[in-house]
Amino acid sequence: MATNVTLPSPDGARAEIRAWLADNWRDTYGLVEWRNILLDAGWAAPGWPKAWFGRDYTPPLVAVVEEEMRRVGAVGPARAGPRNLASATILAHGNDDQKARFLRRILTGEDSWCQLFSEPGNGSDLAGAVTRADLKGGQWIVNGQKVWTTSAHHADWGLLVARTDWDAPKHQGLSYFLLNMRQPGVEVRPLRQMNGHASFNEVFFTDAVAEPENLLGRPGEGWAAATTTLMHERRGFAGGGAGVGLAGGQARKGPIHEEERVETAHAMEPYSWYPQRAGRVDLVIERARETGAIADPVARQEIAKLLILSKSAEWTARRARTAQAQGQQPGPEGSIGKLVASHVARAAARVHTQISGADAMLSGVDGPRDGIIAEVLISTPAVSIAGGTDEIQKNIIAERVLGMPKDNSIDPSRPFRDISGVKGA
Amino acid sequence: MQWAFTAEQLEFRAVLRRYFQDHCPPAEARRLMQTEAGWDKAFWRALNDDLGLGGVHIPEIFGGQGFGLIELGIVLEEMGRALVCAPYFASSVLAATAISNIGTEAEKAELLPSLCLGERTAALAVTETNGRWEPGAIEMTATPAGAGWRLSGVKSFVVDGLTADLILAVARDGAELGLFVVEAGAAGLGRRALAVLDPTRKLARLDFADVEARRIGEGDISDALGRTLQIAAVALSHEMVGGAEKLRESALEFAKLRVQFGQPIAAFQSMKHKQADMLVDVELAKTAAYVAAASGDDAAEDFAALAHMAKAAASEAYLQTAIHTIQIHGGIGFTWENDTHLWFKRAKSSEVFLGDGAWNREQMMRAWGH
Repeated sequence: MATNVTLPSPDGARAEIRAWLADNWRDTYGLVEWRNILLDAGWAAPGWPKAWFGRDYTPPLVAVVEEEMRRVGAVGPARAGPRNLASATILAHGNDDQKARFLRRILTGEDSWCQLFSEPGNGSDLAGAVTRADLKGGQWIVNGQKVWTTSAHHADWGLLVARTDWDAPKHQGLSYFLLNMRQPGVEVRPLRQMNGHASFNEVFFTDAVAEPENLLGRPGEGWAAATTTLMHERRGFAGGGAGVGLAGGQARKGPIHEEERVETAHAMEPYSWYPQRAGRVDLVIERARETGAIADPVARQEIAKLLILSKSAEWTARRARTAQAQGQQPGPEGSIGKLVASHVARAAARVHTQISGADAMLSGVDGPRDGIIAEVLISTPAVSIAGGTDEIQKNIIAERVLGMPKDNSIDPSRPFRDISGVKGA
Repeated sequence: MQWAFTAEQLEFRAVLRRYFQDHCPPAEARRLMQTEAGWDKAFWRALNDDLGLGGVHIPEIFGGQGFGLIELGIVLEEMGRALVCAPYFASSVLAATAISNIGTEAEKAELLPSLCLGERTAALAVTETNGRWEPGAIEMTATPAGAGWRLSGVKSFVVDGLTADLILAVARDGAELGLFVVEAGAAGLGRRALAVLDPTRKLARLDFADVEARRIGEGDISDALGRTLQIAAVALSHEMVGGAEKLRESALEFAKLRVQFGQPIAAFQSMKHKQADMLVDVELAKTAAYVAAASGDDAAEDFAALAHMAKAAASEAYLQTAIHTIQIHGGIGFTWENDTHLWFKRAKSSEVFLGDGAWNREQMMRAWGH
């Protein structure tokens, strides 16, 4: 990101966006029509580079813009779902042609995206991917299977990591593609989870086609781009999960707001249980009052421990963001959010159980809060797995933050096809 | 609310860290912990003359620096990190804060400047042999005698109470609690050093037999005393997270050097995961302490709750980090020669001073109205 750009003061930015909204915002526009106007004026993604629809704004300045837009009820860019992972990765690793073709339609909401990383045989060890892409007749032909793909059933495009060189060591044989999901060679099947929802999918590729212009970076450079995507994904987790919390706000009337509500509801449908997955700490005190547990000294201690954990987690993230926005060196506090989020979720499930007593055995209409508590209890195990398990998070913290030696991995320097257990070479 | 340190505060921290590194190596803590006083007059004078730390959070008109709890927190965090042995927590934090919160303007103008300069030290005597921190648990009585007062009763767990020039004792005048100033040499005052688990923080028992005292402040001081102890809890929490971070780093350094089975033990996942857990514990407790200090500077409504939260978080995190640090060192970690036990013992004494984790959690819940 350019650093020699002269940025306005927060008050300056506020005055500018306020004046612009007064002149331009009308709720009579169509959703995409309005977002294109917003985008052409540089207000759809002010934190992005100037060359690509943005203004190079710092996070505090972006917050000012968002605040002013909320104040007048102006509709913002499309945000929900994994689309932000796509834009972040394309901004970091894409060429100008790719940025020109994809970024606008991400912001307008015309395209939605999914992330095709995990495979049945490669979860924590993502770099062991065996989905293959072979260059045949000028096209990349994709075969294999991905799993845990959120929103694949809605997606127009996918962020695909596939192996293109089986003779290179495992991290160097991967390439990153922007894959058209609307084609015959791509089959999406929903995957039912232990909590009954089916927000993930299995995705099967049978001679699916990736055009050469949709290869991100060069062949063999896929791991670096995948790391960018993962970094953004984990940052999202610390904040409660991809796009959670976007829905809601005050219900404004008018066709453009209705259009946005439909879009959000559609995009957020796979995430309906994410607040429960995060533990619903917000319900703990109310529930404790409801059941009388608030008067029990043992329960009070457990509730207090949970509140301390959850508030310090939230404030640690805020501390990290603020220090970063002020241009300070990132400290270790910025790296623990994903891990702490799973501590919070687990502790919350324990406390909800303690508060609910025998009712913790009930779900649906018979369960506390019409089944919401039951959904907490059967959804929280996902937090410590999705987006990098706790164990992988701890390895990352130990190796990258604390400078401890990398795990002894037997395979990083040998040709991938020689590693035992590899199929499909 | 201030969510990140300013450049000036970061520089202040860096200056203190260098100073304590140079002047307070563990060998110095080992030397002082074997003395009865537990601190060194020459170093105390230097600390006040070189750094002017005596009244960091005390207004300038009373001889202090006029900074807030954030700066006080930085001082304590760095002192906790280096395990500085000085009557700072007793005199500059507990006693000076009590006078600042309770005394009249004239009393503050009279008593605070010499404490801020470090010319005299004072100790705050609240708890009695029951070891409880609630104002309701105080039994010592004060009775009027001519223009002054007479105190009778026992105070215990008084930090640096043996060496203090002034004792500030909380005592009961009927239904009211008051703060009473007693000169160290007053007749009828018996002072005895308690045999302590943590020799880097000296505690005294004070026996008052009809001791002459002067009352400061007006009316019942229960609320102002409560706030004083909350500020002290925030300061102590900073000292604790500073110590915890030092331990975490020492454990990490050791794990990288210690070779077993042909490789540094830092290469084993069990060690890596423990270190990641320690980082989480310490960072969260640091946040709780920082937020409490910032909320105090903002006079935020829930300062009391946040102070208790900070202390509860620090109580758990410091001791847990000390336990992990000994474990990572293995056998050497259990020896007298290894420095870890100095911090381990400070972690233990700090865990319960101003209330343990469970007590502070309960106070936090009540302060939030739960």
